[in-house]
Amino acid sequence: MKYILLMSGTRAGVEAYHAWPKQDINAHMAVLHGINQDLAASGEFVATQGLSGPKEAKVVRGEKNGLPVTDGIFPESKEFLLGYWIVDVANAERAYAIAGRISAVSLNMPIEVRQFATHEAKS
Amino acid sequence: MKYILMMNTMKAGHGVPAWPKKDLQAHIGFMMSINKELHGRGELVSAEGLAFPDQAKLIRADKDGQPVTDGIFPESKEFLAGFWIIDVDSPQRAYEIAATVSAAPGPGGAPLNMPIEVRQVMSGPPPDML
Amino acid sequence: MTNKWDATSEHLLRELAPQVLGAVARRFRDFPSAEDAVQEAMIAAFTQWPQQGVPENPRGWLIRVASRRMTDNMRSEIARRERETAVAAETENLTSLLDVEADMDPDDTLILLFMCCHPALSPSSAIALTLRAVGGLTTAEIANAFLVPEATIAQRISRAKQTIKTSGVPFRLPSPHERTGRLPAVLHVLYLIFSEGYTSSIGSHLQRFDLACEAIRLTRNTKTLLPDSPEVAGLLALMLLTDARRAARTGPDEELIPLDKQNRTLWDHSQISEGLELLTAALSKGSVGLYQLQAAIAAVHDEAESVEDTDWPQILALYELLNRVAPSPMVTLNLAIAAAMVHGPAKGLELLRALDRDPRIAGHYRLDAVRAHFFEKMGDHEAAIQHYRMAAARTTSMPERNYLLTQAARLAGD
Repeated sequence: MKYILLMSGTRAGVEAYHAWPKQDINAHMAVLHGINQDLAASGEFVATQGLSGPKEAKVVRGEKNGLPVTDGIFPESKEFLLGYWIVDVANAERAYAIAGRISAVSLNMPIEVRQFATHEAKS
Repeated sequence: MKYILMMNTMKAGHGVPAWPKKDLQAHIGFMMSINKELHGRGELVSAEGLAFPDQAKLIRADKDGQPVTDGIFPESKEFLAGFWIIDVDSPQRAYEIAATVSAAPGPGGAPLNMPIEVRQVMSGPPPDML
Repeated sequence: MTNKWDATSEHLLRELAPQVLGAVARRFRDFPSAEDAVQEAMIAAFTQWPQQGVPENPRGWLIRVASRRMTDNMRSEIARRERETAVAAETENLTSLLDVEADMDPDDTLILLFMCCHPALSPSSAIALTLRAVGGLTTAEIANAFLVPEATIAQRISRAKQTIKTSGVPFRLPSPHERTGRLPAVLHVLYLIFSEGYTSSIGSHLQRFDLACEAIRLTRNTKTLLPDSPEVAGLLALMLLTDARRAARTGPDEELIPLDKQNRTLWDHSQISEGLELLTAALSKGSVGLYQLQAAIAAVHDEAESVEDTDWPQILALYELLNRVAPSPMVTLNLAIAAAMVHGPAKGLELLRALDRDPRIAGHYRLDAVRAHFFEKMGDHEAAIQHYRMAAARTTSMPERNYLLTQAARLAGD
């Protein structure tokens, strides 16, 4: 069963993180890397991605003539996606356990867990 | 260049779309044909829909490191409904695809004009295996 | 002397893979390393044979290449350990490569099957290892079939082999007594592979490896190795009778078409005939296991020329039997559907009420979907629409979600 684990944050939160001492940031990166390696070793890893900051993000809508219109976005307090993990696990509990681990090493930020809708029918 | 296109249209407790049958089929068909076209052009890395928000969980760890699954989502939260990961030649192409997706038909066949968030994704190598 | 690489060559390679693995694993007494070596030989064959032609003795070629990999690895291992006396003894061993082929045992594929489906392995590990070691699929093909990265599959296979090593599973055929106990695990893995393949035949533009076809092939081979087993025959019958309907399951827009709406002229009637024959033979042996029962139900559907001709009382009786032999909420659900066809939808709804109290299935989308169907049959469109929508919100299958939403929309549009 495939799940996506979403880590979100606010602009203020990200700025606070960037203000950490460099060695603390590196230590955090190393711990996350360790989790990724464990997922690879357990055969559960599908993908992981850190996303570029919201400054580079765009929100696009289709204009009436089909041309893209990009909005200014992300007011200070709004949450945006920082990164995600995609895992292929035996059951939901395993997905929650992985999310719990990521949360535990990331200042106990809540991690949203969503199951993929499959492309196949169940029966 | 890789981008993730995110469709955030779901709110918890809103239920499923209750559109007339032909509008529903037009919407489904539209999404399918976008994916087929992107796949044919070699621009589609993946396209995934997610289970509805009722099943979403917000997880933290308790003091023993065990996952706690009863986190509450903020009232106004919009949930991720699905995403595309595309591999394109320019940011403009990414926005063009996003605009197309955004204009997917809804009730009465009118374009939904959903906001599609476009974020660049790094094409780095996966973590070292062993 | 070589032969041209043609449409049958890939199939030949896959058939040879477990035979080669059996020979090399037996000779070098090291299943995990042999598995890696054979995999490398397979990749070499896939790369070279299309251009250079298929060797006259393809199996011998694969054994030689795999054995060479083994000895190369052993040499580096020995060099690392720097044991000179070992070098002398091992070198003698290494020179008798040609004997490896003579070491082959016709039971090798069966040994591998039991080994790869060992109960100590997790289902995902067993599936990956079976597909590679017994099926002869490459890691890339398996990864494509499951839509996960190649490295992830490689890791599952690695862990599977590690489990086999640490559990001390020997490379020998289980005794007839052990076999009886271990066969269910083998059949379960084969069934899981089939289910994965059958349900993913939707979304064909993704062009995934045909696992259903592979499961049928592996089960056929298993039946050749265990010709007297009614369970194996029953499983093969179930797969054939189910797979026969594949072409009718999806519409032109990849929409899901339920059994009662399928165009039966699209069913594969030769698969149905074969399935029926196998089933009859298996049932005549007296035992009625789970797979035979499920195959029997599929047979009743497949034998009906139209929905109206379906022998629902027979299906109901079979589900009642299944409910005694192996009760489960899903069996009850299917029993309710059959009961509704025989006794009316109100009866079906009544049977579903018991499931509301069963924590294994309460809240499951299928319960709402079936309920919606009964309400529709009773003419209670509002309740039907409500339950179709509830089911749509809960299913994690896109094609099913689309189907359920469309049913609700259809009723709402009246």
